[in-house]
Amino acid sequence: MTTETMKIFQWQDYQEAVRSFVLPLVAFVLFLGLWSFSAARLETSLGQVPGPVAVWGQATNLIAEHREERQKEVAFFERQEVRNQEKLAEDPDAKVRIRPYTGKPTFLDQIVTSLLTVFSGFLLATVIAVPLGVLTGLSANVYRAINPIVQIFKPVSPLAWLPLVTIVVSAVYVTDDPLFSKSYLTSAITVTLCCLWPTLINTAVGVSSMDRDLVNVGKVLRLGWFTTVWKIALPSAIPMIFTGLRLSLSIGWMVLIAAEMLAQNPGLGKFVWDEFQNGSSNSLGRIMVAVFTIGFIGFLLDRGMLMLQRRVSWDKDAILR
Amino acid sequence: MTIEHLNIDHVSMVFETPAGPFTALENVNLKIDEGEYVSLIGHSGCGKSTVLNVVAGLLKATTGGVVLDGTEVDEPGPERAVVFQHHSLMPWLTAYENVELAVRQVFKGKKSKAEMREWIEYNLKLVHMEHAMDKLPGETSGGMKQRVGIARALSMQPKVLLMDEPFGALDALTRAHMQESLMEIQNELGNTVIMITHDVDEAVLLSDRIVMMTNGPAATIGEILDIKLERPRNRVELADSPEYNHYRAAVLKFLYERHQNPESDRGEDKPAQEESCSEDMSLRVVSNSAAA
Ligand SMILES: Nc1ncnc2c1ncn2[C@@H]1O[C@H](COP(=O)(O)OP(=O)(O)OP(=O)(O)O)[C@@H](O)[C@H]1O
Ligand SMILES: [Mg+2]
Repeated sequence: MTTETMKIFQWQDYQEAVRSFVLPLVAFVLFLGLWSFSAARLETSLGQVPGPVAVWGQATNLIAEHREERQKEVAFFERQEVRNQEKLAEDPDAKVRIRPYTGKPTFLDQIVTSLLTVFSGFLLATVIAVPLGVLTGLSANVYRAINPIVQIFKPVSPLAWLPLVTIVVSAVYVTDDPLFSKSYLTSAITVTLCCLWPTLINTAVGVSSMDRDLVNVGKVLRLGWFTTVWKIALPSAIPMIFTGLRLSLSIGWMVLIAAEMLAQNPGLGKFVWDEFQNGSSNSLGRIMVAVFTIGFIGFLLDRGMLMLQRRVSWDKDAILR
Repeated sequence: MTIEHLNIDHVSMVFETPAGPFTALENVNLKIDEGEYVSLIGHSGCGKSTVLNVVAGLLKATTGGVVLDGTEVDEPGPERAVVFQHHSLMPWLTAYENVELAVRQVFKGKKSKAEMREWIEYNLKLVHMEHAMDKLPGETSGGMKQRVGIARALSMQPKVLLMDEPFGALDALTRAHMQESLMEIQNELGNTVIMITHDVDEAVLLSDRIVMMTNGPAATIGEILDIKLERPRNRVELADSPEYNHYRAAVLKFLYERHQNPESDRGEDKPAQEESCSEDMSLRVVSNSAAA
């Protein structure tokens, strides 16, 4: 009896392992095979389309270039330091300047830039959209007022925003000592404009569909407006808010890459565009590395949000995938 | 003349529906003494919840009103605590925290932190939930959730405890347990209680008076039955008692002979009512999907 159940148990375990590990692996191998097969038959103006091995080679190249660049930077500062010391030794009153290093940003630098930008835009959008969504969900009048605006702005492509944002930022953000670069602001604000809507809409739906009985409990307790929002409306809406946030972040990431390409703003998008313009024999491989990186980072961002949702949300039964 | 404890005074309720005004209650009149346990019984849709919600202050009567200890009821408040049919616990708060939410609000500035803690635990003990204080509602059974709902209501120290089919969603055995607990608690605290039920045995076992409502629309009180069974009551002993069976039969007679199933005697009104309900639903769905 016991050995019988154990056997069944192991058999099921085995099947489960096949499903969750072997199937994705088979699909991945098939994908690689299909890729090498078709790449080998595709001749372009930049030469052969690189297969998996060539792309992997480019990936290691890019990392090596990054290391090299960092070493150059260190060397640059060391030289400068030595020069300054000599100057000071000759003449203690000499003015020494510390000049910044102006090397070309590497692939990894561009990744960091893009991540910072997407987070800034996303956070700004969240800070605006969640409170506004709560208000919209609570009050039918706010909903009526806001709904047409949302419906019109929601489908606007980010690339339509970009020229506007660029021009407005140039006009408004005028300082001698800029804390942020204009390109960073432009990209981040464009991301914000696209991240607003899913969070706003989902928060509003989450709040407005909260259990009426719970609201009645609040009324019987004579909870104030703020307490009702904080203790009932917001927690009720948490699962929906997270659905919105995840949508927003993934849209924001896609939008950012496109915006960087179009506006030549630093980031992964610019990297892709530069390689495209560059047109060397390595370019196709490097672009492919960028494509995979963009996809992988997008995936990680979504997983990150999911983990956050698991930690914050009370609704552990919600289907999280 | 002395002032009554609770007076439901000529209450009528007309709902505005898309199909025109709908009179749910007409001239409901009921006086209830302090410490009395009153059950409301009647067919589905006759307006029992509406009566309860008017007393709770969640609905405003179209004409007439409710007076509690000489003060007219015009908004919900913790002195008229409600136990809802579907427990209505905050799913993100543990049993303890759910009761705490009520206690904090009601005893703000009147009890110290330690006193509150003690009071919350006392109320959870009353309903035998002390072992599961730190569980979320999702981790407990239907009966346990309903117990916490009752503990929360009791913790407000209400003058009147309003219960809308508190055990409606429970299986027979759990229901019997809950009824025992409730009789115990009532014996100890002596709250005034209005309870809605569909269950004739439950009504006879628990109540001092059973208020039987006629079928809607324009429902009102059809008959009131005084239950003069001695307390404490024991369901097993009562099962053979002729008195008990007499009360039971009286309620059954009212429900099934004098006021038949509403579906058959209401005829045309019911489908129209249902239609307007489903219309409401679809409107909601449309507005949601438009937003999404
Ligand atoms: N907000 C409302 N708008 C319109 N009609 C309503 C509203 N609330 C209740 N009604 C109607 O009033 C009548 C009484 O409803 P109520 O919920 O009080 O019945 P009930 O006796 O509690 O029924 P049940 O036993 O099924 O809970 C029903 O016909 C219902 O459709
Ligand atoms: Mg009801």
